[in-house]
Amino acid sequence: MLIIGEKLSIIAKRVREAMMKKDKGPIQEIATRQWKEGSGVIDANIGPAEDGGEELMQWMVTTIQEVVPLPVCLDTTNANAIEAGLKIHNNQWGRPFINSTSNDPERFPILELAAKYNSQVIGLTVGKGGLPADAEERTEIAAEIMGRAMEYGVPLEDLYLDPLVLQIATSQDHALHVIKAIKMFQEINDPPMKTVVGLSNISNGCPKALRPILNKYYFIMLMNAGLTSAIADAHEMAEALNEKKIIDSVLAGEKLDDAKKMMEITKTLDVIMGRTLYAHSYLEM
Amino acid sequence: MAFVAPKETYSGKVYQVEIGTDKTAVFGGESVLPFNSFEGNAPNRPVVAYEIQDVAPEDWPETVKKVYDGVSNDPVAWAKHCQDSLNARAIALRLIGTHPDRENRSPEDAAKTVKDVLAAINVPLIILGSNNAEKDAAVLVAAAEAAKGKNCIIGKAQEANYKTIVAAAMANNHKLIAMSELDINLSKQLNILITQMGFDKERLITDPMCSALGYGLEYTYSVMERIRLAALTQNDATMQPPMLADVGMYVWKIKETQASEADLPQWGTLVERGIAWETTTAGSLLISGAELLIMRHPEAARAVEKFIDELM
Repeated sequence: MLIIGEKLSIIAKRVREAMMKKDKGPIQEIATRQWKEGSGVIDANIGPAEDGGEELMQWMVTTIQEVVPLPVCLDTTNANAIEAGLKIHNNQWGRPFINSTSNDPERFPILELAAKYNSQVIGLTVGKGGLPADAEERTEIAAEIMGRAMEYGVPLEDLYLDPLVLQIATSQDHALHVIKAIKMFQEINDPPMKTVVGLSNISNGCPKALRPILNKYYFIMLMNAGLTSAIADAHEMAEALNEKKIIDSVLAGEKLDDAKKMMEITKTLDVIMGRTLYAHSYLEM
Repeated sequence: MAFVAPKETYSGKVYQVEIGTDKTAVFGGESVLPFNSFEGNAPNRPVVAYEIQDVAPEDWPETVKKVYDGVSNDPVAWAKHCQDSLNARAIALRLIGTHPDRENRSPEDAAKTVKDVLAAINVPLIILGSNNAEKDAAVLVAAAEAAKGKNCIIGKAQEANYKTIVAAAMANNHKLIAMSELDINLSKQLNILITQMGFDKERLITDPMCSALGYGLEYTYSVMERIRLAALTQNDATMQPPMLADVGMYVWKIKETQASEADLPQWGTLVERGIAWETTTAGSLLISGAELLIMRHPEAARAVEKFIDELM
């Protein structure tokens, strides 16, 4: 299971300020921590970065790779910034990732860059016409992205399909659609396609204390469905892997001695599986 | 061989709510999807309540304003008219005059209107605030006290102001409307928060927020349908209160019920248009699961009662 560390995102205040001031300290501290927690790749999310995107991406890549022996996942919609990052990326610890292409024509040039610089690329299964309704629509889009990747000369083994995790607080039924999509993505090619998710999306908008719980159990469900990799909090994922055995035993019908843990697992699984309507207080019911 | 319709059975049912003391009205209590009485129990007819206001409805469109000419300048006369001439099974008094941007009537003024109306009628009373969250907290507390012992419905409690309103409804033994804005998960959460305060879940009414035909009806419809399905198929107790469709207010503010025939001849006659709009909105939401309706135009209300006759 490959974890792409999610913490270096412009959305986080401390990271955003470090990016604006070109302050290496916080960036390197967070990158190092994610590496120690088990990340195999470090995501660098600089946002749309319409102004100065190229310089910022190059600064992020060199700053990260100065202290951490890992490849970087270049996360922005600015294609020029991606190219700038790819140009100076140190490939000795692995090839870079591009986050991401999709079925939106504005995202097609990303595949050209992936082919040119021999990088791996995440393909988000969404197009211009709004959110995909179910697993089948996501798979249709996946097939189109795969065809296009081949046209542009990107090997299919370098393409990671992302079924677009939506927040459970407002799109509860998509939790199951995404699990099904992960299974279906593996069936549309031989060898099976690699997959990735933006895991923390599942708990977006939930009370803070609930987020790690939803993230961890959803991650286990996706792992069991065959997920290859996740953009996530490496520490949370390490905890999840530690708990995988007990979660799998509950899934198999066993009852835990720890009643509180049992309640936490069963109630969260009920919400993920759509057996109970989500509400912020679902654990208290 | 003869066709036998398959019957669904459900693990849950809708709570039954009774309002009023003298003449009462009961709604909810069904163990089936709307009007599917062939597969189970639908013991009560949906209740249509007539809306009156604490101030004259200067802002209502002509079509529905003129029906109440001569009575709508006095809430007591208006209430009596609805009960005696229109055979209203319940009356909804909207304290719109308490809104800070309107007449800004005080909680004490509101309490007096509530007392006066209660003294004049014997059908159940629904008491609604002006939908200004802050003002409603004060107004509905005063109204709940003024109506103590009369088993009214107080509404609406929202996320921003529910604590005080719930306390007042509990202290004065009323039923309560919990309103959220077209979001089933927030609706469930609000019901949870209210019941965590000690308010009996069988005294709640869920209002997922009404929308007029053409202005979001299908969103209200979907949320109501999903709430009803959660209640019946998942036995989700937080979603088992009966539901309110507050139709009149949302329908009579749109262009289609007000634009003149001179301006839009292709839209047809104004009066029929407005009545049809209210009837269709209300009828649709009955099918998605509304057990209590608040309506304005008597002809729309009558058409809806006929519709219910045919469906039950």
